Parts: sequence; C-alpha cells; structure tokens
Amino acid sequence: MAESPPSLFARLLIALDLFRRVLIDPQFAAAASRLRAAWSTAQPGAPGPERPSLREAEPNAALQLLGLLQRDGRFIDFLEEEVTAYSDSEVGAAARVVHEGCRKALQQHFTIESVRPEPEGERVTLGQGFDASAVRPTGKVVGEPPFSGRLTHKGWRVTNVKLPKVAAGHDLSILAPAEVEL
Amino acid sequence: MSDARYAVGIDLGTTHCALSYVDLGRSSGDEIAQDLMRVPQLTAPGAVEELALLPSFLYLPHPDEFAAGDLTLPWDSSPTVVLGEMARSVGARTPIRLVSSAKSWLCHPGVDRRAPILPPGAPEDEIPRLSPYEASVRYLAHLRDAWNHLHPHADLASQEVTVTVPASFDPAARELTAEAAQAVGFAHLVLLEEPQAALYSWIHESAGEWRNQVRVGDVILVIDVGGGTTDLSLIAVTEREGALELTRVAVGDHILLGGDNMDLALAHVVKGKLTAEGKTLDPWQVQALTHGCRHAKETLLADDTVEAVPVVVPSRGARLIGGSIRTELTREEVRRTLVEGFFPEVPASARPTGRSRAALTKLGLPYAQDPAVTRHLAAFLGMQTGATEDLPGFGPGSTGSFLHPTAVLFNGGVYKADLLAERMHKVVNDWLASDGAPPARLLEGADLDLAVARGAAYYGYVRRGGGVRIRGGTARSYYVGVESAMPAVPGLEPPIQALCLAPFGMEEGTDADIPPQEFGLVVGEPVRFRFFGSSVRRDDEVGTLLEEWSPDELEELEEIQATLPAESRSPGEVIPVRLRASVTEVGTLRLEAMPRAGSEHWKVELNVRGATGE
Repeated sequence: MAESPPSLFARLLIALDLFRRVLIDPQFAAAASRLRAAWSTAQPGAPGPERPSLREAEPNAALQLLGLLQRDGRFIDFLEEEVTAYSDSEVGAAARVVHEGCRKALQQHFTIESVRPEPEGERVTLGQGFDASAVRPTGKVVGEPPFSGRLTHKGWRVTNVKLPKVAAGHDLSILAPAEVEL
Repeated sequence: MSDARYAVGIDLGTTHCALSYVDLGRSSGDEIAQDLMRVPQLTAPGAVEELALLPSFLYLPHPDEFAAGDLTLPWDSSPTVVLGEMARSVGARTPIRLVSSAKSWLCHPGVDRRAPILPPGAPEDEIPRLSPYEASVRYLAHLRDAWNHLHPHADLASQEVTVTVPASFDPAARELTAEAAQAVGFAHLVLLEEPQAALYSWIHESAGEWRNQVRVGDVILVIDVGGGTTDLSLIAVTEREGALELTRVAVGDHILLGGDNMDLALAHVVKGKLTAEGKTLDPWQVQALTHGCRHAKETLLADDTVEAVPVVVPSRGARLIGGSIRTELTREEVRRTLVEGFFPEVPASARPTGRSRAALTKLGLPYAQDPAVTRHLAAFLGMQTGATEDLPGFGPGSTGSFLHPTAVLFNGGVYKADLLAERMHKVVNDWLASDGAPPARLLEGADLDLAVARGAAYYGYVRRGGGVRIRGGTARSYYVGVESAMPAVPGLEPPIQALCLAPFGMEEGTDADIPPQEFGLVVGEPVRFRFFGSSVRRDDEVGTLLEEWSPDELEELEEIQATLPAESRSPGEVIPVRLRASVTEVGTLRLEAMPRAGSEHWKVELNVRGATGE
C-alpha cells in the first residue's frame, strides 16, 4: 500500500523521537539498525527482502493417497515386487489390475483436466505474463514473450480434490493391514 | 399436508440405496430444484467418503476386528455395525458377518421376517444376527443420520418422505417397509412402487415434453431389472377432463432375478474355464472374478469390435504379478450367457420353466428358477390381456394372445448395456409383429441407477399438486379363505372358498365395504385365516365368494391372524366378527375385525412370521 510521505514537520517529530529512543533503548537501536540495513538492499516500495521459504510437505495426505492406490489398485504390491523374473505378459496382466484400480481411485478423488485445451503438436502462443507454473517453455527460451511454440505435453491440472475424511487417531502409515485368515 | 421444506425420495434397493430431494420452496410447475444427497459412509477403516449410492450391505464387526475410532462416522463415534461401501468390501473377505440382499428376505414368505436370521449362515451364538426388518431400519437410519448431519436445520423426520418398494411386494412386505420407516421417525411417509417412480423420473426429465411423447390409448411397459429383482408394470395413458392421465393397470410377480445373477453367471463361466485348467479359486477370488467379469462385460457390450477382454483375478497376497490368475472373457461367452441366457428370443407364448436350480441359486432365497427375463415378461403380458378393458379410450380388451404395450421404459443398471436393452426391445417388438400390432416405442430413460430415487422425490412434489399423478391403487384384489359348510369327509380337506375383502385398484386412504359374512373369533386365542391375492380378477367386488379358481388367478399369500383381546370378555367366548379392508394413506393394506355389536375393531395381522408359524 502506497502511503503519502509525511510532511516536513511530521518528519522532524519522528526524527527527534527516534533519536531519543535509539539512545535509551539498546533493543530498539538494534532493530533500527536491521531496518536500515534491509532498507538499503530492498526494492523501493517492497516491505523487505523475502526470506527463502520452503515448507515441509504434510505426510498424511501422501500416506492416505498411497493407501487408496494400494486398496483400489494394489499399487504398492506392484511396485514392491521384483519384475525381472516375469515375462511381459505376466507383468501386463498384473498391470491391468493396477491400471483399472488406480484409475478408479484417481477419478474418484481428483478432478483432473489438461492445462492446455489444444491437441498436442499444435502451435500455441504464450502471452506476456503467462503463468510459469502452469506452462513451461522449453528449448530455445530467449527474448521476450509472447513466445510461440509447439505443444509437446498438454499438462495436467487438478481442479478438485475430494479425499476421504480420516477418523482422528487412524494410523495412516498402515497402507494395507496384514491379513490373517482364521 | 405438512409444512415440510423438502420432498425426499428414498430408493431402498436390494443392492443399493439412494436419496434424492426436491426443495419445495424453490420449485414451482416444471421448474424443480432437485438434488441428490451424496451419502457419507465408511469406505475403509478410518475413511469416510460421500458417495452417490449407499450399497445395501451391512457388516457385523467383531469387537476386536477394527482399531478404536476406525468406524467413526460424522454423527456416531462408535457404531456397532458398518453399512455401505466398507461393509461390502470387508464382507467379501468375511462373508459370515455380512448381511446382503436383506430386502429379498423381507418379502421371503418362508421365514420369520422379524427373527434374527441374517446373515443366514452365521454361527448363531458367535455373531449377533439381525432380522430382515431390522436391516431395513438400519439402512433408513443411516440415511436419516446422514441427512440430518448435512441438513442440521431440516430434520428428515419432518420432511415429506417417499420410500419406494417393488411393485410386486406383497402386503406384508409393504407393511414391514412402512413400519421400518416409521421406526426411524418419518412422520410424513408414503410408499411408491419402483416402476412408477421410474416413470415419474422420466416425466420429470422430459420437463413437460412427455405430453407430446405419449397419447391416449398408450400402454407403457416398465421393465425394471435391478441388482436383485425384476419388476414389471403396465401403465396406461388415459384422459380426464381434457388432460392426460396415467393409470397403473398391472404389476408382475416378484421375480428374484437381477444384474447380480448375471455377473455371477459370467463369473461361473470363467471359473469353469479356470477349473478346467486346474486352477482353483477361493470365495474371495470368485468375488474378485465377478467384479472383473462385470467390467469385462461392460466393455464387450459397449464395443462390438472387441472380441475378448482379459480378466485378471488378483492374488490375495502381496505377490501381485506372480500370484494373479489371468484369463479372458470372450464376446461369444457374454452373448451365450447373458444375451441368450437371460434375454433369449422366445415366442410370446413362452412361459418360465421350473427346471432344476442352476448355479445361480444361493442357499435360502427363492431365486427365480428360470433366468430368462423374456420368458417372465411373456408370462406377465400373457396373463394381463384384460388389464385395459375397463379404461375409457381403450378397446374391449386385447385381440391378441397377450397385452400389447405401445411403449417401453427400461430401468435398472442392467440396461446400461445397450445390447441388452436392444435385445429386450426387439423381443417385445417381435411378439407385437407376430400379432400384427405396431412396434412399441422406446421411452428414452434417465439415469438408470438413480431414476427411482429421483422419481420418488418428484412424486413427493407432485403429491402437493405440482404435476401429473399416476393413479391405480392396489394392483391386486384380496381374499380371505372360508371353509365351506359341508359334512367332513375323512381324509379330505374341506373345500375352501375365497371371499373378496378388497377389490382391485383401491386408492390410498380408502376403506372397502364390509362383506356380510361373519367369522367366529375365540377371545384371547389367535385365529388364522388363509389369505389370497389376485392380480387379474379386476371385477370382483367386496363380498364376492369364489367357489373355484385356476392356480394362475389366485395366489396364496401368507396366513393372516386375528387375536381378540380378552378385555371385558371371558376368554374362550366366541364372538362373531366381520372383516374390513382399507388402504392407509401410507399405502399399506390394513385388515380389521369388527364385532357385530359396538364400534370396536381390532387389527388383523398380516403374517410375517413364516409359513411354519411358531
């Protein structure tokens, strides 16, 4: 938010007040010093430098999804099994179970659509200020947008997520319980 | 009428339940604000999801079977039973704790429907069993709790609720359904026949257009093949005061034959192939195979360029690739098993055969012995030749060998396969052609899975004056057995006469006349009467006494039972009473015993305790 700068008289009052507080309050002095250092490197108008910010991904949703893929599509069974000993047709037969089940789980819990509506192979134009997280230019990336190029992958975007609600205290790290037939 | 805000339709199906609702305040004329409630239910331990359908499966868990809190529902932190999707999947592994097809048991004449008999094979002292009636209560209670959770300011108990029942349900099964609905608190309840609900849904979907698609003189045949039952109805298009009117003129017998039988039949074909290769399957794998066959069937029926679809039975253990069994389902097998097995091209004169029960039968339920839907339909149409005789605008009965429908409406998941719908339609049209009648039009249906719930909610709306209603009343006339007065002959049962108590087509909320015949009831002792219904004797009036009848005409239902309380009378005294039938506002048949003197009357119970009694 751009504020109008204070008047000369107001600035004089601020300067006197700051002078007094820097002298009597060492903590305030330290803070003022940090602000001064930050101010000299900051862009005009920006509130301050952005700290590098990375957050931990929440494991629960990931565990839940793995559980769903295992339950409906035997996903973990398939990936944990050593495939080298089997023929392609054997792997293919199992892949049908995985494909059918995982597809069902995916369609049931996510609404997925392609980022670009055009068929792959078509020429598309990326205008000024295109969303770089949704469209990635590759190859000869030089000059200024608008960029023109061929759509090599239409991209996927999740528009709606509908994961099951989880009971408090339910152990999500059990992707599939061991089964014991009595 | 009540001050309900919603008209709610509940499809209490053999394999699935669904709930749809109309917001009455936001609807007028053909503009209807209708929605489907997605039902929150457990889909796995600790996971609750909202699904369009609630599978009609109920699982009775062992106390140690699931971790604490894993059965939590949004409205109940420790349920003692599991319903819906999780019940179905867990029950496939532990079938002795799974209750399924409870609705078929609800109209099973051979068992006590209030006795804890489900699951049928469960070890009695180990697993607390449920009665078919109680199972219905549980499904309805789940839907009620789900609704109240999602609509905290509009208690379902005070809404207009329509619960659907098969048209072929007998009076006792209807009464049990109504009782179950009242037990969960529904104050404004009506019952509606499922084929009618399907037609209401079609009318609703057409948004007023239906008046141009049917005309006076049309006979609409509704063929509803659900997961567990086949339900048939004939609805005639009539005219009154210049407006089109619909009259349900006939319903079929209760046929336990549905989509599940078809998937099971395919699974048995494939299982046979595997057995021939020396591979055996355990029950869980047969279930998985049935599931695989259903998918393969859908592919084969949808695309006629595909000749075979691989079916994989996954292993139970973690070795998926090494342990799975691969086979395939071919177009020829589907054609032979489903199209020729369930929808064979038969002449209109064909009738179901009572051949020995095939692989389709499970222990207990009286499944249809002939799997051919077309033969059951031929029998129905052949029996109902006189169904439209008395209607204005229709000729003096059908001239052919069977009643000629002019339009067909399909309902039920089975008809998602166009090939099966086409075959059924072709068979009907072949019959019509052989009688020199024009072919029947196909009324393009709505959603085959949800039409019944939607139509039921729409019915709740039209009952308040919002649109056309299907008339018809009871689809049967009812009779009580009277022993004729003749000297006893040793070794010969005294011949029995049938006294008509309720005529065909009694509307809801009406009383029949009281026949003059009197019966002696012994005070304090239950007295049983034989009870009969007829779906073809349309002209019998109250008091008509039948001396004899053909087995096709009258069907014996379960005995009815009257007990006069001993108050103000001495036990053992014989009181002459007359019997009166009425149809309640809810849509159930009610029989009362009325003594000659005084205004007292007692309810006569429709027997649901099984043929053998106590």
